[in-house]
Amino acid sequence: MAVTIDPIEQFELKPLVSLGHIGHQQLAFTQSALYMFAAVGVIALITVVATASRSVVPGRMQSLAEIFYEFIADTLHQATGDGGKRFMPLVFSLFMFVLILNLFGMIPYAFAVTSHLIITFGLAALVISVVVIYGVMKHGTHFFGLFVPSGVPKPLLAILVPIEIISFVSRPISLSVRLFANVLAGHIAMKIFAFFVVQLLLAGAWSVLSPLPLFLTIALTALEFLVAALQAYVFATLTAIYLNDALHPGH
Amino acid sequence: MAQPNPLTTPPPGADTQIVPGHVEHTEAHSGAFPPFETSGFLSQLIWLALAFGLLYYLMDKVALPRIQAILHARAERLRADLDQAQAMKTEADAAGIAYETALRDAQGKARDIAQTTRNELAAEAETKRKALEAELNAKLSSAEATIRTRTEAAMGNVRSIAGEAASAIVERLTGQAPDPATLNRALDATAH
Repeated sequence: MAVTIDPIEQFELKPLVSLGHIGHQQLAFTQSALYMFAAVGVIALITVVATASRSVVPGRMQSLAEIFYEFIADTLHQATGDGGKRFMPLVFSLFMFVLILNLFGMIPYAFAVTSHLIITFGLAALVISVVVIYGVMKHGTHFFGLFVPSGVPKPLLAILVPIEIISFVSRPISLSVRLFANVLAGHIAMKIFAFFVVQLLLAGAWSVLSPLPLFLTIALTALEFLVAALQAYVFATLTAIYLNDALHPGH
Repeated sequence: MAQPNPLTTPPPGADTQIVPGHVEHTEAHSGAFPPFETSGFLSQLIWLALAFGLLYYLMDKVALPRIQAILHARAERLRADLDQAQAMKTEADAAGIAYETALRDAQGKARDIAQTTRNELAAEAETKRKALEAELNAKLSSAEATIRTRTEAAMGNVRSIAGEAASAIVERLTGQAPDPATLNRALDATAH
């Protein structure tokens, strides 16, 4: 009996409602969109519904919302100081969105929205746009002093400024690729190792080895839960650090 | 990024191992790596913008102000309760000090009253004693006076008795009563 598996199939977009085409672009309400709205629903459940009673002594769900709030508020405050408070909704939304989507991806047979580069890139582009637009609005051309390290001899600037610009431009790329690649690679690895279990079980005498990939799959699953939470935290922290550049462009 | 997938693409001459339906399935997606399938990008970005926009709106307008208010209210409540506890403790301390002061005052007053009473009683006793003493002294001196008058009266009687006796003796011896003036002289001479 032949068993085949496609570790990539899990990332395919499945249109639930097709809405037509614009040129090459296919417009559809996909399962990816459904998961995104489901994530918004879950986040609203934790942060809006669970806090509706405004209890002084919180219940479990309200505690969860408060823990997330204080965690992100602390992270943001450490990175940006007092001026960063206005970005709290952005950083909190990004953290919760990425966290819940990553965790949705860990449900068996569920779709990992953050395994699509365009989604993570969209979020990273949003962050960088906010940094640039807010930085220019607040500091004008002074914002571009970000690319000029202070206290450096003039000849060195000719080398350093392009490096700084490249480093700034690569931020949305690194921010999005980091999240996307972690989720994608983790899901592929889990699928392949889980498939090894099946293959070994069907390979006659070799089936005695099947517990090995099984244990590895279990370990990988635990690791992926860690990665799911950690990458959401990394995304939020880096967002806060980049926003700090918009708030305090001086080097 | 249309790369052949090693796990699904059949190796040459191994077609029989592949489930036919599966091959069709992969072919339907033209073998492209789904995360890099550009035809879905616009659609995904639109849904992302809608979903994230909705999330941002909910967080910004509802969730975060509410959580902030809850945390603030709790901090206020804790601070108020602690302040109240502190005030109550201060009050209790003050009450304790007031009690001790009152106790000390009462003890002092009790001591004063006892002392005053003792003094008054002592003074009264002293007055009574002095009055009694004076009375006794008066009685004593009046008794002494009586004794003296009696003694003087008795002594006066002694002279007249002695005079009469001397006159009688002289009369018996001489047959003649002595002259009273001589008798008086003789009495005065023997009186000393």
